[in-house]
Amino acid sequence: MVVADDLFKALADSTRRTILDELAEKSGQTLFEICSRLSMKHQLGISRQAISQHLAVLEAAGLVETRREGRYKFHDLNTAPLRQITERWLVPDPSGPEKSTS
Amino acid sequence: MKIHLTSVFVDDQAKAEHFYTEVLGFVKKHDVPVGGEARWLTVVSPDEPGGTELLLEPAGHPAVKPYRDTLVNDGIPLAQFAVADVQAEYERLRALGVHFTQEPLEMGPVTTAVFDDTCGNLIQIATQPE
Repeated sequence: MVVADDLFKALADSTRRTILDELAEKSGQTLFEICSRLSMKHQLGISRQAISQHLAVLEAAGLVETRREGRYKFHDLNTAPLRQITERWLVPDPSGPEKSTS
Repeated sequence: MKIHLTSVFVDDQAKAEHFYTEVLGFVKKHDVPVGGEARWLTVVSPDEPGGTELLLEPAGHPAVKPYRDTLVNDGIPLAQFAVADVQAEYERLRALGVHFTQEPLEMGPVTTAVFDDTCGNLIQIATQPE
């Protein structure tokens, strides 16, 4: 179970949110691809080391998972921890078109 | 001064010769025995026979493995080749069984992709921005 503090801390940074945006566009990226996207698409002048540290924060919050495939390490997006936010405050709308399953 | 030759370390020179010529499409320029089983093995682009040579250098030195393993782990390519169309080249190489760690990615004027050369390295292909 991810501690709420870790989740909110992870989301409270625009670079980390951009990393999540890019992983939402395509899951399974190497560190190199994430760095390329941030520098070339978003013109963010951040060092690879700093991006690694951002990824570590996202991983601690459970929002990014890493997997090894042969000699390479890939990063995947995991949105499951975000449910904590909706379950905490958002009340399911009973008049809505979709029925709540809980 | 000119950049006349650059190199990548390869696990197996025979396998590298096959991959860099038969699969990628470069042509062999020099192949000279240099002691033991090692060869001075270079390839060039068929478009530029007098252009920069790529030396396919044996990866026997103990420093090579940790150096390459660390870079490959993070998906970092060790060389970049220019192609006219990254997407077309990606599809051509994929059909030949080449494994990509990064699919074609359009980033403003540049498109890149990264593949495994089967000899221990990741290689980036890119369109040359005009």
